Amino acid sequence: MTSALQVTILVLVAGGATAVVLTRDPVRQVVSVSIYGLLLAVLFMAFQAPDVTLSELTVGAVALPLLLLLTLAKVRKQEE
Amino acid sequence: MSIFPFIVVAWVLAVGLYGIITSRHLVLQIVCLIVVQSSTYILLLGVGYKTGAVAPYFYDIPLNTPAVDPVVQALALTDVVVEAAVTALLLAFAVQAHKRFGTLDPEELRQLQG
Amino acid sequence: MTQSQRRWIFLVAGGGFLAFYLWGLIGLPGFGHYPGPYGDIINAIAVPQTHATGVVSAVNFEYRAFDTLGEEFILFIAATGVATVLRHLRQERDTSAVDEARNREVPATSDAVAMVTLAFIGPTVVVGWYLASHAQTSPSGGFQGGIVLATAFVLVYLAGQFIVFKRLSPVALTDAIEAIGAGSFAAVGIAALASGAAYLTNILPLGSTPGAVNSAGTIALISFFVGIEVCAAFILIIGELLEQTLIVREGDR
Repeated sequence: MTSALQVTILVLVAGGATAVVLTRDPVRQVVSVSIYGLLLAVLFMAFQAPDVTLSELTVGAVALPLLLLLTLAKVRKQEE
Repeated sequence: MSIFPFIVVAWVLAVGLYGIITSRHLVLQIVCLIVVQSSTYILLLGVGYKTGAVAPYFYDIPLNTPAVDPVVQALALTDVVVEAAVTALLLAFAVQAHKRFGTLDPEELRQLQG
Repeated sequence: MTQSQRRWIFLVAGGGFLAFYLWGLIGLPGFGHYPGPYGDIINAIAVPQTHATGVVSAVNFEYRAFDTLGEEFILFIAATGVATVLRHLRQERDTSAVDEARNREVPATSDAVAMVTLAFIGPTVVVGWYLASHAQTSPSGGFQGGIVLATAFVLVYLAGQFIVFKRLSPVALTDAIEAIGAGSFAAVGIAALASGAAYLTNILPLGSTPGAVNSAGTIALISFFVGIEVCAAFILIIGELLEQTLIVREGDR
């Protein structure tokens, strides 16, 4: 049976995924995906997987938003 | 209520696919691909979970404590790193596409291949 | 095919997928009732066999070490691919990015940002090194430690200028470190072959206490090499994307 904490986090993750998809501005979506990575990390902790939590935190909340922002900066500079 | 995590997996997958289909910007599509990939992590960890079990690290707990499945956790770990690598490569392609064609709209990119 | 046509096809296909998914879900044993024997067997025998108390790292670096070798090479190829895709096109001027960076007028970094990022570089390096070297004891591992170490270099870029970042991580040196990391992983396996066992067997002494830093044989060694390889790969990727923001096209100036 899923405990109450797991049900709450799962609902938040589903809402977070919907929020990421419905954000239509690229720069704002980077912030959304960073928060979504944090929510996923909490979900993995609730599923008793600390190793996957560490990976998801470093990759999804640090490395991926950095790459996305660099790409957006390059594209915006080319459009000037 | 015991299949609720798998329902969330299907929802996240469907929402991510909907985002890929209906976005007009390559970087938006790449971020929706990240969301689709994250649904597979939830599925993997959900399959290996055991109620009342602890994480499989026996540093300070006795060896016979029931623990969750470590093999699916290793698979999910590999999955996260591969997601980062694939996203980096896709972003490099997006930068190069913008350089050559001047636009990041997938509709216009398709029409440019004369 | 217009947008609304695409949405209708997605709805129909999504309905069919949902039907098959629910049909398959009925056959699953339900969340929390894990039936399979494989996880329980690994949990029971991993610590006596490998003297590593972190069972997930033991699975990653010993029982499924060949898988991890493939994953590390995926990262290696991704770094190479990014460098290849973002190479200079023919009509771009062939000056070095560092020269361009010197001529640019960047707004000065605010003092608060510089102070906070510089204060965090030291702890970040320590945490990254700890994560990369303690794979066999606690929830850590080569990949996480490598990315945290790469973050320390990016903090240097945030605090200072692009020039300082480039001076700290020249491309030739980072390339060499990445190659050493990837090659050493394969070489550990070949060393196992040379001593008569199968590829990537654990041939180093296992250590006495399970969970000490010098236990578990090749697991710690492989994790360390994976850590430096991942760190170098990420610094290369980020450096390539940063350089792209400074390349000028002919006729733009």
